[in-house]
Amino acid sequence: MKGLIAKGSIRRRLVLQLGAVAAILSIAFFLVVQVVADRAAQDTQDNIIAAAATAIADALYADRDRVMLELPYSAFSMLGSISQDRVFYRVVERGQTLTGYDDLPIADSGVSKNTRRFASFTYRGEMVRAVTVVRSVSLRDERRAVTVTVAQTQRGRAVISSRITATATAIAAVFFMVATGLSFWAAQAALRPINRVARSVARRGPNDLRPVVGETPTELVPLVGALNSFIARLRVSLLRSEEFIADAAHRVRTPLATVRAQAELTHRRLNKPEHKKAIREMIRAIDESSRSAGQLLDHAMVTFRTDSLEKTPVDLVGLLAETCDRLAPTADLKDIDILRDFPEGPFEIQGDPVLIQSALRNILDNAIKYSPDDSQITVRAFEDDGFWLQVRDQGRGFGDADLGKLSQRFSRGANVADIVGSGLGLTIADEVVGAHFGRLVISKNKKGTGACVSLVFAQP
Amino acid sequence: MCIARFCAALGAVALMSVAFPMSAFEVEERHHFPAIAGDEVLRIISTADEDAFEPIIRAYQAQNPAVAVDYTIASSTEVMRAIYDEGAAFDLVISSAMDLQTKLANDGFALAYTSAQTATLPDWAIWRDQVFAFTQEPAVLVVSEAFFAEIGVPKNRRDLINLLRRESAWFQGRVGTYDVRTSGLGYLFATQDSRNIESYWRLTELMGGLNSPLYCCSSDMIRDVASGKLAFAYNVLGSYAASRLPETKGFHIVELEDFTSVMLRTVLVPVGVENQPAAHRMIDFLVTMKDRPDLVAASGLPPVDEAALDANTAMRPIRLGPGLLVFLDRLKRDRFLENWENSIVQD
Repeated sequence: MKGLIAKGSIRRRLVLQLGAVAAILSIAFFLVVQVVADRAAQDTQDNIIAAAATAIADALYADRDRVMLELPYSAFSMLGSISQDRVFYRVVERGQTLTGYDDLPIADSGVSKNTRRFASFTYRGEMVRAVTVVRSVSLRDERRAVTVTVAQTQRGRAVISSRITATATAIAAVFFMVATGLSFWAAQAALRPINRVARSVARRGPNDLRPVVGETPTELVPLVGALNSFIARLRVSLLRSEEFIADAAHRVRTPLATVRAQAELTHRRLNKPEHKKAIREMIRAIDESSRSAGQLLDHAMVTFRTDSLEKTPVDLVGLLAETCDRLAPTADLKDIDILRDFPEGPFEIQGDPVLIQSALRNILDNAIKYSPDDSQITVRAFEDDGFWLQVRDQGRGFGDADLGKLSQRFSRGANVADIVGSGLGLTIADEVVGAHFGRLVISKNKKGTGACVSLVFAQP
Repeated sequence: MCIARFCAALGAVALMSVAFPMSAFEVEERHHFPAIAGDEVLRIISTADEDAFEPIIRAYQAQNPAVAVDYTIASSTEVMRAIYDEGAAFDLVISSAMDLQTKLANDGFALAYTSAQTATLPDWAIWRDQVFAFTQEPAVLVVSEAFFAEIGVPKNRRDLINLLRRESAWFQGRVGTYDVRTSGLGYLFATQDSRNIESYWRLTELMGGLNSPLYCCSSDMIRDVASGKLAFAYNVLGSYAASRLPETKGFHIVELEDFTSVMLRTVLVPVGVENQPAAHRMIDFLVTMKDRPDLVAASGLPPVDEAALDANTAMRPIRLGPGLLVFLDRLKRDRFLENWENSIVQD
């Protein structure tokens, strides 16, 4: 992950942005409710004082040549029943105050019959809401316009308004909290497909070069498409290099066989010991080269076959015995005994016998190669939470090498510089067990020196 | 010499007007209760008699020894004039005239106060946190024992009206009631009656037909009922009658069962207050008088007690609030008094 800097999280950004939206909406809701509440409270008060003013206007009457008024009790008692607000009133006829508070301002300009006019102003040290209505009263042959003004302080309105505001605050707070919770959920849900794609890419094995398929959100199609085309290019490129290696190995191996045959013939014909020795050296070098070429071919085959793994029932014990049989002559050359420790029954799994045999051959071949003359190699098959196929030798072992790195391609132990080798043997074995969902176990031989390599397959 | 004396006199006048700047309203009595220890003063203007209030003031001073109490007694209209027109400097206004107290608060002459004690008052006993009721005093019928020894005492206004009709000869000149033109309390009771009782005007007409004498005050009516001069008096202040019962024989008290107006004696802090803490302590003291039965007995002032009202549903406390302003309206008052005079004063 070097060079990849994780900066910022889509999830956090989504949550923060949705939270901010929720907060803005909550505040907007609160403000709107407050305005509406204030308006509603104002309308309520307006209606009540207008009713009181109308009731007073209705109680106006003409008495001989005077306008008279019998203030109805209900006009004021209804104002008092809603709230404990102060009430002021003034009744004016031709500029003269008939009754009420002389200094109460009246806003009668533009007020005609059947209309009313509301006003807010400060009176006697407190903000009041006032309404003015006009009523005409007939006096003998004359119509007199009488103005009735009723004013009320606004304590009740403030109480209603603050009560609604408190409710609005609570609702806005709850809304905000719920919305924030939902935004967490929404962020999670929105990111789920991305996580799914990321997980499916991260989960793949190192050799899995299949394209990413499955449900992909529209927004990720370009990314996944680009990734797939990258994988395809990589695959093509890998295959090409494997093909190249296989081709090269094949082209080298065939002439090598010819060269070896010629060298053997020559060896037989030569009489001088120093000449024979030189030719033997040559044959040995040719063998090693041919072996390396074989391994390169094996590896290319493994790469190719694991891509499309063919599954047939395989008996691991049978394969192991067969491999031992095949390599027995090579072991005999060095006077090495191959001790077999096999159980009775077969270990049967689903797999590719060609691949598994190739893996076993490489391991056993390695063991023979690195074993000293006249030593023993123990080959075991046993069950221990899986099928174990184990090859143990008495060779020099792996020294201080990092056991985990040994199965990497072209990696060799630190103590084998004097022996020709490609470093591909363990890689092939590792890739084969990996393709069969098994694992390669490399350890030091517990009995003295030597190496112990096991292929572990899962039991079906 | 003459000029000097004149100047001295002028100076004295000026001094007096500084010392007593609001001497225009009429004071009935003035009492001073010196502090037990300390130099604070609480100046109260009140309509209640000294007899009723002295025990309360003494008990208050027992809790507040540093406060001297200046207790000024005036009629409700003079109390109104002192505060409303003349801005007289008092710390507390105590009045039985609920309408005038309401007007003082409505027109901005009262200050608000809240405390744990005022919060214990029922809703109907408090207005704007400015007017606090601390007594509930019903308007009752005071009847002569001698007169009603043989016939049954009427329990409601219908019986009363029927009785007056049937026995009109008997009751000639022997029914007393307030002269609502001069008595603020009489006016308050009469206006509430006119609002609540269908038969109020019929009763008034009947009493007018009987040439009923009109009174300024409850005490005179009780005196005349007790002496047998009156058969009964209508709308007498119940608390006052009750306080006279032990020493005056010959009458008893009837609370009518159809409807009984209950006057609430109220207290407020005027804007001209100087010793606000002492005034607030007095309000707290007054509104919790229910917890001091000794003071209730000594003062004869029944405290605000919702349970007592629940027990008798005919008892209706007069509601504090702007409704009370209606009958203070000049035109409305003129009209009401005109009607009343037409009904009761029959030449």
